[in-house]
Amino acid sequence: MYSSHKGGALVKIEVTINGEHQSHEVEPRMLLVHFLREVVGLTGTHVGCETSLCGACSVMLNGEAVKACTVLAVQAHGADITTIEGLAQNGELHPIQEGFWECHGLQCGFCTPGMIIAAHQLLERHPKPSEADIRRGIEGNLCRCTGYQHIVDAVQYAAAKMTA
Amino acid sequence: MIPFDYHAPKTLQKAMRLVREHGDDASVLAGGHSLIPLMKLRFAAPAVVIDLGGIGGLKKVTAGHETITIGALATHYAVESHRLLPGKCRLLPETASEIGDVQVRNRGTVGGSIAHADPAADWPAAMLALNAQFDIAGPSGERAVAASDFFVGLFTTALQAGEVLTRIRIATPPENSGGAYVKMRQSASGFALAGVAAQVALDSAGNCASVAVGVTGVASVAYRAHAVEDALRGRGLDAIAEAAAHAADGVEEFQEDHHASADYRAHLARVFAQRALTRAFERAT
Ligand SMILES: Cc1cc2nc3c(=O)[nH]c(=O)nc-3n(C[C@H](O)[C@H](O)[C@H](O)COP(=O)(O)OP(=O)(O)OC[C@H]3O[C@@H](n4cnc5c(N)ncnc54)[C@H](O)[C@@H]3O)c2cc1C
Ligand code: FES
Ligand code: FES
Repeated sequence: MYSSHKGGALVKIEVTINGEHQSHEVEPRMLLVHFLREVVGLTGTHVGCETSLCGACSVMLNGEAVKACTVLAVQAHGADITTIEGLAQNGELHPIQEGFWECHGLQCGFCTPGMIIAAHQLLERHPKPSEADIRRGIEGNLCRCTGYQHIVDAVQYAAAKMTA
Repeated sequence: MIPFDYHAPKTLQKAMRLVREHGDDASVLAGGHSLIPLMKLRFAAPAVVIDLGGIGGLKKVTAGHETITIGALATHYAVESHRLLPGKCRLLPETASEIGDVQVRNRGTVGGSIAHADPAADWPAAMLALNAQFDIAGPSGERAVAASDFFVGLFTTALQAGEVLTRIRIATPPENSGGAYVKMRQSASGFALAGVAAQVALDSAGNCASVAVGVTGVASVAYRAHAVEDALRGRGLDAIAEAAAHAADGVEEFQEDHHASADYRAHLARVFAQRALTRAFERAT
């Protein structure tokens, strides 16, 4: 299915990332996750599988959690993006981050940024989730270390704190 | 990924002009959750990508008394979370909620899934069970194709070169009807090893006045289980088990891989037809 073509003319995109306006020229084939890490320099968003399965690359795109390895940077033109770096405010951890800290929601930490973004989406849609809701909410995110239980605990901690 | 040129038209008219201009060199992009993975693997290498994502008018979902419409660019989540759909047509949000995971549902679109026609996709089963109509824009104007004529074969649909799916239309099911979707997920991706969508309407005696059953994951293309429907029409809840046994009748080409054999998929189709019909009956009463 190869066709001979040059293609790939650079495209200018404007995005707001963690509240900051940014403008860059990118190749159309650049994945959003590579844009965030390599162009913008925000390496908190991880690349795990690059095949849409592990969720390590999750970020909020216009208020919705997405796998940034399965979105082109050019598709994000005009969007508002929140990455893991954008959750803490004024040096204070976000309640979900605090939950992961308090409940040992991580071991190696590789999956953690994506897990926290998935949890963020869940708590926005379901402020008081059941344990089953939490497990369903992080279904798109794999963790090879924790066995998930402490992650569930961490999300429960955050839910309690955020609705208190 | 092989480099490509990118266009993001803001209107359907502009998109159609680009599609015409670039012909076979171009692919349209919706949610990208099938196309981008294919492009990474170089199974697809379009020279031009025409992103439909900026066309606001194609994202609307409406649930009226007579018709439900789903813009081709509506996401799975938009259907899953629509406030009126659970009351009007439970099968739609139930199917949406079974797709992939949260991030996939936030991004993937109903139209993209239908146009892609993966043999393990969930929407084709529901669309067959709901007798959906697909509105298609093309070089020579618009046309509508019924779901039963649309899914032609493995990753193959009635869409012709230069055509874009714009909208899905479904007749709002009448009172005392019910629908359900039951599926077995492939544990890594979530795609259906087998999935059965059933939609029934009952008469005043509680017997089946109309029924449609769509099956996905089992054959090389999603299909209507007509033999099940014929065995159930005019009969009641107690006829379901016998009718459901026909759910894999007449399949010519089964899906088969290391996840599930042909026999197993046929078995799942029969079991899930029974479960989906039972649930649909319960919801109709
Ligand atoms: C991890 C993962 C898990 C998944 N799990 C499931 C699952 O459990 N069940 C399931 O059903 N699906 C699943 N999917 C697939 C997902 O639902 C896709 O979103 C869907 O199949 C394609 O929709 P899209 O909007 O992403 O289309 P795209 O990827 O943008 O496009 C797919 C194809 O359709 C064409 N196309 C798109 N829109 C149109 C249009 N309007 N008119 C004409 N042609 C068009 C494109 O050119 C392309 O060839 C999964 C995907 C991933 C990545
Ligand atoms: S890196 Fe994106 S899902 Fe794994
Ligand atoms: S903490 Fe190591 S992968 Fe989750």
